[in-house]
Amino acid sequence: MRGTLPRLWLPALLALGLAFLYLPIVSLVVFSFNASRLVTVWDAAHSPTVRWYLELFHNGQILQAARLSVLIAALNACAAVVLGTCAAFALTRLGRYRGRALLSGLTTAPLVMPEIITGLSLLLLFIAAQQLFGWPARRGATTITLAHISFSISYVAIIVQARLTGFDRSLEEAALDLGATPARVFRRVTLPLIAPALLSGWLLSFTLSWDDVVISQFVAGPGSSTLPMVIFSKVRLGVSPDVNALATLLITVVAAGVIGSTLALQRRERRRLRELQLAQAEE
Amino acid sequence: MSGPPAAPRTPSPINAARALVAGVPLAWLSVFFLVPFVIVLKISFSEARLAMPPYAPLIQWAHAHAPVLHAHWANYALLFSDPLYRDSLLYSLRVAGGSTLCCLLLGYPMALAIARAAPEYRHLLLMAIILPFWTSFLLRVYAWIGLLQDDGLINQVLLALHVIRRPLTMVNTTFAVYLGIIYSYLPFMVLPLYANLEKHDASLLEAAADLGARPWQAFRRITLPLSMPGVIAGVLLVFIPAVGEFVIPSLLGPASQLMIGRVISSEFFENRDWPVASALALLLLALLLAPILLLQRYRGRELPA
Repeated sequence: MRGTLPRLWLPALLALGLAFLYLPIVSLVVFSFNASRLVTVWDAAHSPTVRWYLELFHNGQILQAARLSVLIAALNACAAVVLGTCAAFALTRLGRYRGRALLSGLTTAPLVMPEIITGLSLLLLFIAAQQLFGWPARRGATTITLAHISFSISYVAIIVQARLTGFDRSLEEAALDLGATPARVFRRVTLPLIAPALLSGWLLSFTLSWDDVVISQFVAGPGSSTLPMVIFSKVRLGVSPDVNALATLLITVVAAGVIGSTLALQRRERRRLRELQLAQAEE
Repeated sequence: MSGPPAAPRTPSPINAARALVAGVPLAWLSVFFLVPFVIVLKISFSEARLAMPPYAPLIQWAHAHAPVLHAHWANYALLFSDPLYRDSLLYSLRVAGGSTLCCLLLGYPMALAIARAAPEYRHLLLMAIILPFWTSFLLRVYAWIGLLQDDGLINQVLLALHVIRRPLTMVNTTFAVYLGIIYSYLPFMVLPLYANLEKHDASLLEAAADLGARPWQAFRRITLPLSMPGVIAGVLLVFIPAVGEFVIPSLLGPASQLMIGRVISSEFFENRDWPVASALALLLLALLLAPILLLQRYRGRELPA
């Protein structure tokens, strides 16, 4: 493998690409400690400062939007995990039935649909439903959550499907042979085996909802602005130092979470491999 | 919503559970994806009106029992006759195509470098690619405003180095849209490429080297052809969302040249012309149908779970 391509320029291009990915993020973080309101002009006399962080915690609009976003993202993630897991089971375990092709198409469609079309069509759905049934009376947190669940299901279904096709069914069959009821097999064998997929599906759904601005803007009503919507309307007017502070906080939380969970998963995987090797050595 | 499972068995709680497991997600997705699509289709053939809702009903009851279908083609005719829509569609396709190509040129060597790195570093490098994907897309695009604006970091550095005398205007230009799309979608290019390149059999390249092939020759004749499914998946994963992109051109793009996503949004919210907005959305979907179907064929094989 080595020596088949010049050994230096591949890593050099990788480093360049990574610098491209991280430089803007680093600049956001650095300038969040800048005293100047001009954001990008470093005010050496008064920086670094935590002024913008303090202002952030007194900004009622941002705090309220953040609370709404967490609520919507959590509700969305829980519902999407349940529905997405059902869809994954229906697609991998139920054999052939009427409607399977339709379900398969509908779980992949949201993944490739441009957001603007999803947003527009869901808004038109809610308006039509309001005219026909009088519900939803107002658009807001409820309609945003429903819209988010609808696109998150697909991501959960993909992740769980991959896990379901990857694992050894003989464990379930053994449990059934030993007299366990199907419900018990599901609870004691299947669920623990797919738990990591459920967790990553939950986290991904949470993130997708927490980040979404286009679809939320379409289906939101007056007085129900999520955090990305507030940020979007703020930064359309240009850079603003408190957005930098907010970005730094969010990036820190996400980075810590992703790095932590990746390391934990890796450790778990290594332990499993070691146990497997031990078991094989004993045979 | 769904039919019963195919194998006819005695009715049992298990069969009921099976119907529920398939039926509930099918019902949900039908209500929130299939029905909205039909509504958009219906409105795209309706006539705009100054009312609420701002369009005429498609089916009118002229007499008591004779429904009359008023299919209104004018919305679609307008899309093809007014250069505004055509220009914005072509502009979107051009920008998306160009930035997809740049993503490929930058992403391919990155994916190859990770695939050929020592195994103990691969996880770390992969995590470095995925990490930005988990942080807010909006804030990462926002970061570029600070870098690109007239008194931004890039202009400050170039001025200090005496490369330029006056600040370059970069924000609110097509260049900034390109940059924003390449930056935001680069991980979508690298990941499927890596998933493909990582599976290549190293002995093929060793055999090529033994037979006297130069590294570049071996790359062109072996690695590149073998990686085509990854290339296609990566290209489609970047191109499809880039055409309909809304946030990046809104924050970084020029006000004079709108991408199709912004045109749809302004037709809907500002002009309140729902029929034209719906027709535009369907036209965009029709243009993307071929790439979407192609992606469906490659996705299962190339996306890392």
